[in-house]
Formats: sequence, structure tokens, C-alpha cells
Amino acid sequence: MSPMRILIIEDDREAAAYLVKAFREAGHSIDHAADGVTGYDLAQEGGYDVAIVDRMLPKMDGLSLIGALRAQGGETPVLILSALGQVDDRVKGLRAGGDDYLAKPYSFSELLARVEALARRRPKGAPEETSYRVGDLTLDRLSRKVARAGEEIALQPREFRLLEYLMQNAGKVVTRTMLLEHVWDYHFDPQTNVIDVHMSRLRAKIDRDFDAPLLHTVRGAGYMLRDDPQ
Amino acid sequence: MTTLNKLFRATAFKLTLVIFGLSVVGSALVLGVVAWQVIKLVDAETQQTIEEQAKGLAEQYDAGGVRRLGQVIDKRSHQPGSSLYLLTNNAGEPLAGNVAQLPPGVLDQVGVVDTPYETVDETAPGRRALARIFALPGGFRLLVGRDLGDRARIGAVMIHAMAVSLVFFAALAALGALFVARRVLRRIDAMNRSARAIMAGDLSLRLPVSGSGDELDRLAAGLNDMLARIGDLMTGLREVSDNIAHDLRTPLTRLRNHAEAALRSADDPAAYRIALERTIEESDGLIRVFNALLAIARAEAGADGAGMSAFDLGEAVESVAELYAPVAEENGAALKIEAAQGLMVVGNRELIGQAVANLIDNAVKHGAPEGEGAAKTEITVVARRDGASIAVEVGDHGPGIPAEDRGRALERFVRLEGARSRPGSGLGLSLAAAVMHMHGGALRLDDNNPGLKVTATLPAAAETPRLPAAQAAA
Repeated sequence: MSPMRILIIEDDREAAAYLVKAFREAGHSIDHAADGVTGYDLAQEGGYDVAIVDRMLPKMDGLSLIGALRAQGGETPVLILSALGQVDDRVKGLRAGGDDYLAKPYSFSELLARVEALARRRPKGAPEETSYRVGDLTLDRLSRKVARAGEEIALQPREFRLLEYLMQNAGKVVTRTMLLEHVWDYHFDPQTNVIDVHMSRLRAKIDRDFDAPLLHTVRGAGYMLRDDPQ
Repeated sequence: MTTLNKLFRATAFKLTLVIFGLSVVGSALVLGVVAWQVIKLVDAETQQTIEEQAKGLAEQYDAGGVRRLGQVIDKRSHQPGSSLYLLTNNAGEPLAGNVAQLPPGVLDQVGVVDTPYETVDETAPGRRALARIFALPGGFRLLVGRDLGDRARIGAVMIHAMAVSLVFFAALAALGALFVARRVLRRIDAMNRSARAIMAGDLSLRLPVSGSGDELDRLAAGLNDMLARIGDLMTGLREVSDNIAHDLRTPLTRLRNHAEAALRSADDPAAYRIALERTIEESDGLIRVFNALLAIARAEAGADGAGMSAFDLGEAVESVAELYAPVAEENGAALKIEAAQGLMVVGNRELIGQAVANLIDNAVKHGAPEGEGAAKTEITVVARRDGASIAVEVGDHGPGIPAEDRGRALERFVRLEGARSRPGSGLGLSLAAAVMHMHGGALRLDDNNPGLKVTATLPAAAETPRLPAAQAAA
């Protein structure tokens, strides 16, 4: 993962210090603002790959900040971090112009994965890719065909979407909640290891009969589709 | 406040007074209009009589001049109940007639006049007459008129009637006001006493309902429903806080114990690592319970409209069931999905999806037949239209829930015997039930012969053009 410039707008000093330290350890460069107005000014100057915005901020609340930023044409991807974690809060946050929403308390690996996925997004207007390749695994979105080393692999529609999402984010950690959100369009906590079972079925289809595994489990975080085993 | 004072302040009393005032004004208006009409009629008749008599006198005058006229008037004047006549010469001296006195100048006004007068025979004061005055050649004046006593008498009768009815109204209104005010007051006082007793802490008390079905009864019934709801919420709150104390303390204690044990005895980084990982695992479990509790509380508080949309419940059930199918299979259960399409409902897709997920999760966890090595079981998930509602049934062939425990199974944190050893927070079914209630539906537990059948019902959406389902993160 190439280093990113991340703006963190968070008023709680301890929480901010933790985030700054953790993101620096992950190799990213961080700016921090402790209130909404300072954060807005920094975000306006631009140049950030992602902004992480707390909802409740002094001087200007997070949703107003995002609204103002979007009204000025700012396109920086924004992840909203909030103690308000119910379905309705999420809907409001995304409607206000946020690109992703994570409720506190969160796990850092989840936050990191989501931030990296956000930063990687295509710029607006860029054409969507129609096929993906990771190692010798290929996926064609138009013909809906998947092949590894030239051998076609038959996937169920849901498995196809799982793999498609993983390939879009190849080389990045994808968490279980991200998969549930993007593949099933649900955001609730499934209580059971439902995603893991789907993943092991997918793995059986794309990895079992081949030497080098492509689908890796990242302990404590999620999954990653990547070519060269590190 | 004295009883009397209270009575006068009562709304019913004031209302009665207003009605009394209005009816007095009303009856005065009616009587006034009647009197006016009657007087108009009497006047018209009087005038006509005068005209006819004047016509007769005119014929006499034409036949025999003033002399003949004088004779006729003289003769007519002395008949009982006669009209009023007066004939004067050019000096204004009376020549014939029964009118003795007139205000000066009246005879100069030729035409119809309304004037006081006095008769020759008696001198009763304050008599009035309606008269017509004619000017005859040679300065003679002729007055023909009728006494207006009738008119005055009608007026008097009317005023009398008005006075009597006023007294009657007043008495009736006062009685009515007293009766209504006292009756209403007594009931309101009773309601107030109950309200104070409830405020003092006895939440089981209810406001008295008389059974008459009037507006006070309806008010009392409405307030009683509100009290019942508040009571339910209070009981729920108390149970929840008791349960939270228990169900959160247990994992918190475990979490603390692990950390403490690691501090005390672990001496290599790997052991610390394991301890920390377990700590995070425990806290994730706690967060999960908190989130479920919050979701239930939100759902029970009712929908605020955000996140509501029309969507196909059949499709949603299918996608959730498909999400759980591999897990079910790993647990030795085949998930059989029979979801009809086009089952439109209006609601929060996310919450309803979670409710359905909880039902399936529940069936997967607890729906396996008892005993090790039992045969593969089947879990059926059905979504279908049921009249005006949409029903989602999840049936398993596990041990089921005895009929007497089914109500309790929907309560928060309740984990029935036999389920305690298995994973779960005891919140899944409560959340599903709360979500169904929030959307105007219900959750029912039945016997699946054998096993448990959970049926969730939601009102079907009215036939409207299909709206796009709410998208989660794009």
C-alpha cells in the first residue's frame, strides 16, 4: 500500500493521538484538526486522500462540515467516525455526503481497511474497469467469466460478486463487515461466522487445485486477495 | 377552595352561564320579532279601518256638505267602541266628534299621524291614536282615527312574556349548571385523586371509568391506556437494567480476570499476546450486546422515518437466507427457502433484514435435533402473502420451546434452559419482535411438530409503484 495523506478531524485528544500513531505506524502521513472549523479549512486546501471526520465536533459539527465541503466541490473521500451507530444515523451520515460510516467503538484494523479502500477509489468520471487480474486469476465483468491459469471456474452469482469485490480491492485488507455491506447490502452484525463460511467455499473454488494461494486470511482483520505471498 | 367556589369556577358552570345568556338573547329576539310583526299587522288593519270610514264620511260630505258631515260624526261618535272623530272650523274650534284634546298643531299636519289625545267622555292619560287628517274647503279640518290601545296591550303582553320566560330560563339554567358542574366535578375530582395516588407511586392504579362512554370516559380510558403503556415500559426498563447488570457483569468479570491472570503469571510475549487477543474478543462481545440493546431500544421507541423505504421482503428474505445457507449446512441443517417475489412492504430494510437474520441464526443455533450424531435436519424459511400482511416463517426441527415458555422467550436476555450452553446473547428474538412491532407487525412462536416455528408478520405495502431499496454504502 503506497502511503496516503490522511486528515483526521477528531476533538478527543486521546482518541486522536491513538489514531495518528496507529496510521503513522501503518505508513501513512497524517494531519490532525481538533475542531470543525480548522478541519474544514485544512480539508479545503485539499490534497488529502481521505478525511476521517468525527460527528460531534466543537465549532462545526461533522455533518455540516461534510455538507459545506461537498457544496464547495470538495471530492475528498470522507469516512464518518461516530458514537451514533444505529441504522438511521448511518443513513443520515451517508446522505450528508459521507462515503463510509464507522461506529465507535471500532477496531483499528477495520478502520484502516476502510480508509485504504476509500482512498483507492477511482477519480470521478474515470471509466470503470471491465476485467480484473490477480496473478493467473482473471474475472471478466461483462461475460461474467472467471478463470484461473486459463481454466474456467464456475461460480454462483453471489460468489462472483464476492470475488469481484475482492479483486477490486486486490492487495488491500477487506473486512467481514465490508463484504457484508458490499456483497449483500446489509450492515448488521450477523452474529455468526457466516462470511467465513462463504469465503472458505470461494477459496475451495479458486485456490484448492492450484499451488499458490491467492486468497489470504488476515488474522484479526479480514481477507486479502494478493498474488505474491509475503 | 370551598366547594361553592370550586363549583363557580368549574368549566361546566361557566359554560351553562354562557348558554343561559345566549338563550335569553335568543328568546328576546324571537319575541321582539313576533311583537314587531303583530304590531305591523295591527297598524295595517287600523289604517284600513280609518280609510274605509273616511270614505264613508266623504260620501256624506259630498251629499250634504259640512252640516251633514257634522251630524253623521255626532251620531257615530256616540256608538260604543267607535272610532275617533273630530271636525273643526277654520278657527280650530271643534264642531263635532269625540276627541276633546289634541296637542297643538296636530290638525295642521294633513295625512296620517300618530298622536296622543284625550276623549270627551273620560280623561284617561297617555292614550295614543293613529289618525288621518283631511283639510276640507273653507278651513274645516276632519280627523278620523283609531285608538292604539290594542297595540300597547300587545306590547305589554310581549314584555310580560319575556320577563316570565327570563325568570324561567334563569332558574332552569342555574339548576342545569349546578347539576352538570357538580356531576362533572365529582368525576374530575375522582380522576384527580387517582392521578395523585399514581404520582405518589402506585402505578397499578387506574382512573375511574363510569361506563357511560361520554367524553370524560373516553379521556379516562385514553389516559389509562397511556398509564398501561408507561407501566409496561417501566417494567421493561427495570427488567432490562437487572438483566444488563447480570449479562454485562459476567463478560466484564471474565475480561478482567483474563487481564489480571496475564499480568500475574504470563512472562513471555506470546502469552501476553494471547491474553490481549482474548481481551479484545471479550470486549467485542460486549460491544455486540450493547449494540443489540440499543437497536432494540430504538425499535421499541418507534420509527423516526429515516431509512424507511418500500422493498421486496421476499427478495430480502431470500438474500438473508442465502447468506446463512452455508453456515446452516456446516451445522448439519439444510436451509430450504421458499420465498415468493413481489412481497412489498414499507420499512427499514436493514432492521427487517437483521430481524430475519436473527430468526434464521436462531434456528441454525438451536434447531438441531437433540443428541449427538443426529440425522441431518431441515430448516424451512418461507415468505408468503397472508391476506393483508406478509408472513415470514422460519421452522426448525429442534427441541422447540414449550408453550408456557414462548412468551418469555421474546423477552430480553432470556435464554431458556438448554440454550445457555450455546452461543448467543439472548437478544436475537427480542430484537426481531421489537422490529416487527415497530413496523406494525408481530412475532409469533408456534409448535412446528416437532421443533419451533417462528412467524413474523408485517403489513403489506399498498400497491404503489416500486421504490428503489435504500442502498447501504455505495
